[in-house]
Amino acid sequence: MFQVLSNDTLAAQVHRLVVEAPRVARARLPGQFVIVRLREGAERIPLTIADADAQRGTITLIIQAVGESTRDIVAVPAGGSIQNVAGPLGKATHIQSWGRVACVGGGVGTAVLYPLARALADAGNEVTTLIGGRSASFVILRDELAAFSKEVLVTTEDGSLGTKGFVTAVLDALIADPARRPAAVFAVGPLPMMAAVAERTKPHGIQTIVSLNPIMVDGTGMCGGCRVTVGGKSRFACVDGPEFDGHQVDYQELMARLKTYGEHSCRLEAAIREQEKEAAR
Amino acid sequence: MTPGKPTLTPKERMAISRVKMREQDAGARARNFKEVNQGLDEYAAMEEAKRCLDCKKRPCVAGCPVGVRIPEFIVKIAEGDLAGAAAIMREDNALPATTGRVCPQEKQCEELCIRALKGEPVAVGWLERFIADWAAAHSAPPAPPAVRTGRKVCVVGSGPGGLTAAGELARLGHDVTIFEALHAPGGVLRYGIPEFRLPKAIVDAEIANLEALGVKIECDVVVGKTVTVPELLKEFEACFVANGAGLPVFMKVPGENLKGVYSANEYLTRVNLMGAYRPDALTPIAKGPVAVVFGGGNTAMDGVRTAKRLGSSRAILAYRRSRAEMPARVEEVAHSEQEGVELMFLVAPLELLGDERGWVRAVRLERMELGEPDASGRRRPVPVKGSEFELPCDIAIVAVGTSANPLLTATCPDLKLNKWGNIEIDADGMTSIPGVFAGGDIVRGGATVILAMGDGKNAAGAIDRYLKTAPPRDEPGRP
Repeated sequence: MFQVLSNDTLAAQVHRLVVEAPRVARARLPGQFVIVRLREGAERIPLTIADADAQRGTITLIIQAVGESTRDIVAVPAGGSIQNVAGPLGKATHIQSWGRVACVGGGVGTAVLYPLARALADAGNEVTTLIGGRSASFVILRDELAAFSKEVLVTTEDGSLGTKGFVTAVLDALIADPARRPAAVFAVGPLPMMAAVAERTKPHGIQTIVSLNPIMVDGTGMCGGCRVTVGGKSRFACVDGPEFDGHQVDYQELMARLKTYGEHSCRLEAAIREQEKEAAR
Repeated sequence: MTPGKPTLTPKERMAISRVKMREQDAGARARNFKEVNQGLDEYAAMEEAKRCLDCKKRPCVAGCPVGVRIPEFIVKIAEGDLAGAAAIMREDNALPATTGRVCPQEKQCEELCIRALKGEPVAVGWLERFIADWAAAHSAPPAPPAVRTGRKVCVVGSGPGGLTAAGELARLGHDVTIFEALHAPGGVLRYGIPEFRLPKAIVDAEIANLEALGVKIECDVVVGKTVTVPELLKEFEACFVANGAGLPVFMKVPGENLKGVYSANEYLTRVNLMGAYRPDALTPIAKGPVAVVFGGGNTAMDGVRTAKRLGSSRAILAYRRSRAEMPARVEEVAHSEQEGVELMFLVAPLELLGDERGWVRAVRLERMELGEPDASGRRRPVPVKGSEFELPCDIAIVAVGTSANPLLTATCPDLKLNKWGNIEIDADGMTSIPGVFAGGDIVRGGATVILAMGDGKNAAGAIDRYLKTAPPRDEPGRP
C-alpha cells in the first residue's frame, strides 16, 4: 500500500497527488514513470513522475481523469492509499547543455514536461516554455514552469488565455528569431501536437525529443504492447523510451495503436468531450 | 484402506493398466477457463500407484530436475499412507501442485519409467498432482524451521525458480526475501500459464505454503530500477537472480505493429494476470472470429487455447516445423485438438496484412518442408518456392520466444553476460559476482518451469554452502 499524502486540483479534472513511495523517490530521475494500480482488479496504468522528494520519500503524480482508472485514482483523498506503485521505469531524460532549448507542453503533457524542463534548466540551459491548452482551464503548472523558464508562452485554442491558436505558431516564431532560436526542442502532449512540432523543427535540423505514452501492461519490457516504430525499427517505449527522437517516430502507426480498444478508447474520448463541456460551463 | 506392506507381485502390478485422467468435456471447456484436468480420486490414485514396480534403478528420479524421490512417494500412496507421501513431496518439491500440472513428464520421469519400455509409464505427474492437492486439503501448512541462521538472502523474481530457491533457503533456516516486479507473485505461473491449466488458486496456495515457511515477498520492486543488485548486496549476504524471460521476440515481418497483433506475453498477461477473460474486467483484450498463433511451444499452445475460449470460432496454431518437432507438452497438444484448435504445420509467416483502420486482416504464409538437421538437432524448415497463400485473421499472436531481460543486468555492470545478454554461471549457479547466483530463463534463455525450479534448488544448496564459508556480517544492512 502506498499512502496518498495530498491531492489537489490543478485544472479541470487534473489532480496533483503526492504519494509516499520511498524507494521510487530515491531512485527516480526526470523522464521516468511509474505503473500504478489502484486496487485489486484495477488496470495497471503508466504515469509520469512529475517530481520527487527523496528525503521525504515521496513522488508527485499529475493525473488527468479521462477514463475509469484515472478517475478512480484522482478520487483517492489525502490519507487514502494506492495498492501498487512500481518504478521508476523507462530511461531517464538525456540531459546536456544545449544552450537554448524550447520545452513544449500540451494539455496534461505539461506535467510530464515539467520535471524534464526543470532538469534542463538545472543543467544550465536557457529554457523557453510553451504551453498549449484547449482553453485557460486546461493550462497547468504555469507558475511552476515560470520559476526557472526564461519565458513562458501560453496558447489556447479558444484564446481564453495567451495567444489564440496552437503552440506550433509560437514555436515557428521562436525558430524564426535568431536571438531566441532553440538548439533543441522537447515536446510532450497529444500525439498530433508532437507530430506537428517535429514537422516544424525538422527542416531546421533542430533536435527534437518527444515523450510517448503508448498502451502498456507491465512497463518492464515483458509484454511489448508499447512498441512503436522509431527510425524504421520497432522499439519498446517502456524500456527504450519513453523519450525518442521526434523526427524518427511513426506517429500514424502509434495513433492507430492507441485506438486498439475501440469501445474503450471511444469511451475515453467521450469522457474528455464531456469534461470540456463541463469546463466551458 | 489400511496402511500395510504391499503384497502385489510384479506380475500383478504389470497387469494394472494406466489410469485415465478425468477431464472436463472438450466442447464445454473450449468455452470456459475452468481447469481441463479434474484430478484423480483416492481410489484411482492408489490403483495407479500400485503400477509402480519400485525398481532398483529408479530411472524416474534421474529424470527429475528437482530430484523428487518418486518411487518413495508413490509406494506411500499405494500403501494408503497419503500423509507420508505428502511429507516426502514437501521435502523434495516446493511447488508440487504446479509441477504435477505443468511439467513435461513425458520427456522426464515418465519417459524413463521402466514400464514405458513395455506399455505405458506410471502416471507420475498425475500422482504428484494428486498428493499435492491432497496435502493442500488435509495437512497443516509447513512451519518455519526451529533453528534460524540469521543469514539474509534475497531472491529476485517470484517465478518457479525464485519460489523454489526461497523455499529451500527458508527450510535451511535462512532469512529470505523475494522481490517481485509485478503486483502479484508467481511470475510465469501467474501471468503466463492460463487458469484452465494451472488455476491461480493453486498458485496462491503454493505461495502461502512458502510464506508459512517464513519467506517474505515484496511486490512492486523492479530490481534494476527500484533497487539495483549492488544496493541489495549491502543488505543481503547472498542473492539469487531468477528474474525470468524478458522482452518478447517478434518475427521481424512487415505488419507486426498492426492492431490485433499481440506478443504471447501481452496476450496471456492481459488474460491471466489482469483477468481480461472475466466479463467485468477493466483490462481489455481484442477478440475476433479467427485467431492465428505463431509458434509451437507451450506458450503458443496456451495462446491458441485461450483465443478459442475467448470466442474465436477458428483458433489456428501455425508452426514452421511438423508435429514431431513441437516443443509443447503432448497432453496440451492432444487437449487443444479435442477443443477444436486447428494445427497448421510447416508454414511460416511472411507478412501481416492490415485493413484501412490499421487492424490485422490476414497473414501471408509460405509452406515449408523439412531439410537437414540444424544446431538443435531438429530438421530445419526450408521454404517451398511458390507456395505462398493468405489466411484471413482478426487476431495474431506471436509466440516465438523471448530475449534476455535487460533491466537488472543494465544496472549491474559486474555481472558477466553471454552474447545474448543471459547471465553466465558456474557449476554451482554462481555468477561472476561472489554471492550472486542466477538460474531459470535469465540464464537459460527460455526453458520450462521445472528446469527453473531445478536451478533454484541447486542454487539454494550452493548459497547455503557459500554462506557457511563466508563469515556472517556483524551488522547486516551496514556494510
